[in-house]
Amino acid sequence: MEQQIFHHTYENGITLVAQPMPWLESAAFSIAVPAGCRYDALSQRGIANFVCEMVQRGCGDLNSREFIEALESLGVDYSSSASLYNTNFGGAMQAAQLHEALRVYADVLQRPSFPKDQLEDGRLVCFQEIAALGDDLAQRALQKLRTNFYGSIEGRNCEGSLETVQSITLDDIENFYEQHYRPNGLIIACAGKLDFDSLQAHVGELFQDWQAKPDPIVSTEPANHGVEHIEHESEQTHIAIAYPGVAYSHENYYLNRGAIGVLSGGMSSRLFTEVREKRGLCYTVFASCHTLKDKGAVLCYSGTTNERAQETLDVIIEELQKMAQGIKEDELRRLKVQVKSGMVMQQESCRGRAGSIAGDWFHLGRVRTLDEVNEKINELTVESINEYLAANPPQSFDIVTLGPQPLEFEANGISATQA
Amino acid sequence: MEYRQHRLKNGLNILAECNPQAYTSAFGFFVRTGARDETSEISGVSHFLEHMVFKGTPNRSAAQVNLELDEMGSSSNARTGEESTIYHAAVLPEFQGQVVELLSDIMRPSLRVDDFETEKQVIIEEIKMYDDQPPYGGYERMMSEFFGKHPLGQSVLGTVDSVSGLTPESMMSYFKERYSPSNICFAGAGKIDFDKLVEDLDKHCGQWTPFSPERSTNTADYQTGFVSMHKPNSHQQYILQMAAGPSSAQEIRFATAVLCSIIGDDSGSRLYWEFLDSGLAESAGMGGYDYQGSGAVMTFICCSPEQAQENLGRLAKLQQSIRKEGITQKELNLAKRKIASHIVLASERTNSRMFSIGSQWLSEESFKTVAEIAAIYESVTLDQIHEALAAFPLDQNMTVTVGPCENLVAPN
Repeated sequence: MEQQIFHHTYENGITLVAQPMPWLESAAFSIAVPAGCRYDALSQRGIANFVCEMVQRGCGDLNSREFIEALESLGVDYSSSASLYNTNFGGAMQAAQLHEALRVYADVLQRPSFPKDQLEDGRLVCFQEIAALGDDLAQRALQKLRTNFYGSIEGRNCEGSLETVQSITLDDIENFYEQHYRPNGLIIACAGKLDFDSLQAHVGELFQDWQAKPDPIVSTEPANHGVEHIEHESEQTHIAIAYPGVAYSHENYYLNRGAIGVLSGGMSSRLFTEVREKRGLCYTVFASCHTLKDKGAVLCYSGTTNERAQETLDVIIEELQKMAQGIKEDELRRLKVQVKSGMVMQQESCRGRAGSIAGDWFHLGRVRTLDEVNEKINELTVESINEYLAANPPQSFDIVTLGPQPLEFEANGISATQA
Repeated sequence: MEYRQHRLKNGLNILAECNPQAYTSAFGFFVRTGARDETSEISGVSHFLEHMVFKGTPNRSAAQVNLELDEMGSSSNARTGEESTIYHAAVLPEFQGQVVELLSDIMRPSLRVDDFETEKQVIIEEIKMYDDQPPYGGYERMMSEFFGKHPLGQSVLGTVDSVSGLTPESMMSYFKERYSPSNICFAGAGKIDFDKLVEDLDKHCGQWTPFSPERSTNTADYQTGFVSMHKPNSHQQYILQMAAGPSSAQEIRFATAVLCSIIGDDSGSRLYWEFLDSGLAESAGMGGYDYQGSGAVMTFICCSPEQAQENLGRLAKLQQSIRKEGITQKELNLAKRKIASHIVLASERTNSRMFSIGSQWLSEESFKTVAEIAAIYESVTLDQIHEALAAFPLDQNMTVTVGPCENLVAPN
């Protein structure tokens, strides 16, 4: 399968990156605006998310209702969200509508009208997003874990709190927008049935008047490593574990990714086999690679009935520690087929591709082609992964449990204040 | 793109949409069996059996099944519903022969005692997991309240008690009543060598003995009412509402699907403008649930407990005004535009094509291509929409609400 990636960076700093997928009838875009929640002031936590909501409540000549109707009449299946680094806008549609859909988003990004009469409705939507986290116990455990592991800025959730969102004014929103919505560092990724030359001309026209702005200052807060229990009367205990991994941009990324694939990549992976298949301890158990721009983590999760939570935790920790002794040839062989197969399947979805090329550009400043990833995967050997694992054994676990009872850690060599 | 079908002598149906341009292939066994085919003593057996199918055969251990699925780099899974159990895998085309052999083999499971007892624990964990997840058993309660004594009201997961009481013997006798080749379809989509597929399936499944499983498909006597489940630990209040809808064989189901989009799509719909744009609810939507002989449309709202009583009133008012004033041509046009776009996007996934073919067989429909389905939606008229509205009045419903509220009442 041929894969061509085109890119162009305009004078004002916008990068357009695209993959034509001529075998499809659809197209998708993924826009990353460098206005993530890491810029939220402590007293205004949730403002990036609130601004993301408000730019879609009237822009250009469109009021809030006309904006939605414009997208619907183009058949755009759209989405938006704020994340740590970026505020993201995405959409998928029949290929012929891509240019018109981007025209609508040119208004969203450059000409939001911030109507006063939409402010309180927008605020309520943000409140709802905060409330939604309350009943998702797995997410609550994982969210707390990320905050502890990465610190209160890089590990934050974008929703903020009821108090901070309550305090945000229309002036605050306009100020945040003025400061952070900017063309420099903005990525527009497109995939699907498209012609790059005409797309490049179209995007250039839509955004040519937008002037670059100075990059804002980013602050960080220290991590809060350790073990934490959140008491909650639930049927299951939710166990979330983190330890240091590597960033997507790091040369060791695929070594770590390979190791985690063996740990948790399929139905024959170690965690699934040991925790679920052999012992029947849970329905859900996984480990995954999580990446920030300059660092990464391995995040593990399982939910299990309270009486069996201690055993579940013990088995997971044992499997994590066992990784230091290395993986086997047949495990790596299976992993390679899985990764290869997964990459081909991703080619069926323009939405998936637009999202991943935007992510690649953000993290790497370029896009890894399928061939390149294939090569990286083929290069992996048991020796190279085991060498990496011996030098970087899973350890220094941060743990968050959520359930009626705290668990014991000493037997696993983990002290409550963190090893 | 070529549609092919074949029936083995024992009745096993083979259906495939062969696309030589595709990069992947997806396959699945679709069995016409689910919770509606169970008795209360074996509640949950269809779903438990679905798990046990991956636990090995006379030819393979449970671990071997998992290993082989991973060795092919397959993306595989299974699901059980009220009237179907589906086992599926997507692979690169070079693995067609291998995955078809594996899927065929696991469809005759051993149900070994050790595996059975371990997996029983996993099922109980799954039940407990849903107990912690919104709407906290509200959906199963809704099905049982709305369908009443009709078999469609039976729980898919079963209860900890009913699952604990299951034995390999009771599961095997259920298997022998339901898994007749004539009650099963093998569906494929993507890059497929159809002649080889038929030859392989004949070799692997041709000796399965056929028999005639029964299913009663009489229309349910839909119940109305208002049920409140108190869940003090929940942050949000969840409102579920079911009203009568078309069965899977009724033509009017297409107009009803468009109507559901107009009223309850997650963007731009009536519910969207009433509840989501205004921030009165965290989520709100409406969708169709069609079965053989019966059907429902379900409305769902999640909101803060403080807002719940008012939202119930707003929902009732909205339904009344839709009933009185109807739907506009503009709304219909927007919904059709949206549906057309969704059809194109879904049609590009090999897996979703395989599901479409298998599901059409499950509901005893004749096969329709993507273009035919798109044309049907395109042809829906405002009159048909209003016919669906009149046939399935939304305000005659069963409401189940779950959450911290103790004193919610049905709106006037």
